[in-house]
Amino acid sequence: MKRLASVDTQAPKPGFWTRIAHPGLFLGWSGHLVIPLILLTAGLMAWGLYLAFLASPPDYQMGDTVRIMYVHVPTAWLSQFCYAVMFVSAIGTLVWRHPMADVSQKAAAPLGAVFTAIALYTGALWGRPTWGTFWEWDGRMTSTLVLLFIYLGIIALWRAFDDQLKAARFVSVVTLVGAINIPIIKFSVDWWQTLHQPASVFRLDGPTIAPEILLPLLVMSGAFSVLFLTLHLVRMRTEIVKRRIRTLELAAARAAGGAQ
Amino acid sequence: MPETGLKVEDLVLVRGGQPILAGVGFELPPGEALEVRGPNGSGKSSLLLALAGLIGLQSGRIDWTGGGEETENRTLLHYLGHKPAVRAGLTVAENLSFWADVLGATRENVAEGLAAAGLAAIGGLDAGILSAGQTRRLALARLVAVPRPVWLLDEPTSALDIEGARWVGRLIAKHLSAGGIAVVATHLDIDYGDGCGARRLVLDRRA
Amino acid sequence: MRAFLAIVGRDLRLGLRQGGDMLTLVLFFVIVATVLPFAIGPDRSLLARLAPAIVWVAALLAQLLSNERLFKSDFADGTLDVLRHGALPLEAVVAAKMLGHWILTGLPIIAATPILALMLGMDGTALGLAAFSLLLGTPALVAFGAVGAAVTVGLKRGGLVAPVLVLPLSLPVLIFGTGAMAPMVPGASGQAFLLLAALALAAVALIPFAAAAALRIAGE
Repeated sequence: MKRLASVDTQAPKPGFWTRIAHPGLFLGWSGHLVIPLILLTAGLMAWGLYLAFLASPPDYQMGDTVRIMYVHVPTAWLSQFCYAVMFVSAIGTLVWRHPMADVSQKAAAPLGAVFTAIALYTGALWGRPTWGTFWEWDGRMTSTLVLLFIYLGIIALWRAFDDQLKAARFVSVVTLVGAINIPIIKFSVDWWQTLHQPASVFRLDGPTIAPEILLPLLVMSGAFSVLFLTLHLVRMRTEIVKRRIRTLELAAARAAGGAQ
Repeated sequence: MPETGLKVEDLVLVRGGQPILAGVGFELPPGEALEVRGPNGSGKSSLLLALAGLIGLQSGRIDWTGGGEETENRTLLHYLGHKPAVRAGLTVAENLSFWADVLGATRENVAEGLAAAGLAAIGGLDAGILSAGQTRRLALARLVAVPRPVWLLDEPTSALDIEGARWVGRLIAKHLSAGGIAVVATHLDIDYGDGCGARRLVLDRRA
Repeated sequence: MRAFLAIVGRDLRLGLRQGGDMLTLVLFFVIVATVLPFAIGPDRSLLARLAPAIVWVAALLAQLLSNERLFKSDFADGTLDVLRHGALPLEAVVAAKMLGHWILTGLPIIAATPILALMLGMDGTALGLAAFSLLLGTPALVAFGAVGAAVTVGLKRGGLVAPVLVLPLSLPVLIFGTGAMAPMVPGASGQAFLLLAALALAAVALIPFAAAAALRIAGE
């Protein structure tokens, strides 16, 4: 009799990465990182704020409003970086079913939403003196707003499920669809803008950034990135501990027994 | 109908982070049935879902033997769960014909399926007005209308009266004598008729 | 193919027998488009200018509301479990269900567009553009809706989550759909039609894989 087909699953042998990423071991080694990361964040933030507010000149065109950019640009960058983290984690959840990928996704979503919201808020603050209005239907602002909606939708999906293991996989599907769709949204919004408003607005990009602006920008970007890493790590630890409590509760409920 | 056997080794299932089955194994040659017994929550339904390929395995292996070269696992088997997959709004006969079409069989056995289930006279009625027992019979009629070698039945006699339960027993016995196999999760004894029995797998509840 | 047609045929039969749902959907579409002029005012030239937006927003909302039913009853009564052992892979099942759903929801909306054209003072060209853009765009709306419906299929209180997820994702459809009806920039309309068609094709081709993945997760 020949074998038609079979389903075969072997428990994987723990390699280096498995051991690094095992939830229990992760709690161990990541615990040593929290304090150093907080100190690094505080240091970079202090240096960056000093550069941004005291040690850099006002822009010849924008004046002091350029200083808003030192918060706006890093948070705008992180709003997209968070999604990239979620995207990679979503692949980890769907392909390898790795619990750490679930945890990483769940931890990143609210951070992404907050950084996106800060980017929008600072963008609006910068828009008031620059465009004369808090909200302009500018291509970038609009794409960022849609990104915020996607983050909030994903958070809503997380919260709609009781079973967080299942939620992780549903969210992964949405995250992947969103990842393919976000460039399309960006493109469509840009297309829409050229359709309705051909005039271009001032943009802080390209090679024209003066070095005295570039340095604080880089330091602040570094500071916010490390802030994200710290918060992400702490949230992941919290989530793992929460799941353990949940498992213990379930075990206790089972041990107490029922209809036996 | 291709002859098919089943061999399960060291099956470990985890659902919702909780271990459901640890190290279940059995072998089922063509023409035999396995009755899965055990208290509520012992993993009977999960075992059937795993065999049906609807949930993933933590570890272990499920081997299907025999069958044609081109056949895919999913078209070898019938999975009959708690939910009947009977749709109100379609007639009884339409329900069964739909399944014959979608499961890749011809419609030649549809009438036979309806007759076997005792629903031939009401084939033109809306399936929504059937009683729970009749709905279950209509679900079971799929087994007759679409011949497949593997039957995975989860509490097939639920909602049926004594006569209906006997019918299910005869249906399974006939299937086995034709060389098919069946895995039946049940907490009631099923009467397969004289001289016919099933292997038994008893699952216990684990903390 | 027989299995594919059987699924489409069954969904059409169910939809037409419970024809009330289809009429309610068309009614909703027309009512949304009627309510907006009350908010805007009876200025005919202004309404004619806003007509593309009104038609598309009404279509988007109507499509969004109807998407919830795409997989829900098949999930609830076990049909999806059995379909997974059918002759078709689940991705093709999803595609068949999307096609049936589009015939039952997209086509009636397109058929009702002339009513809106009449009320909003659109001329023949505008009506043609509207109907054609909806013809290209509604399949994409169904596709994005299918993702939302699939990931929330097991939720008892998922009613609002799916629209919140689907609306931002459908934004490009809305942009290109209304863009296709915008006559003010030369060449924009044709470009929008091409982009809309490309988007619809990509969505209809790729999204069944995502929705099927979600339905597999839901089946566990």
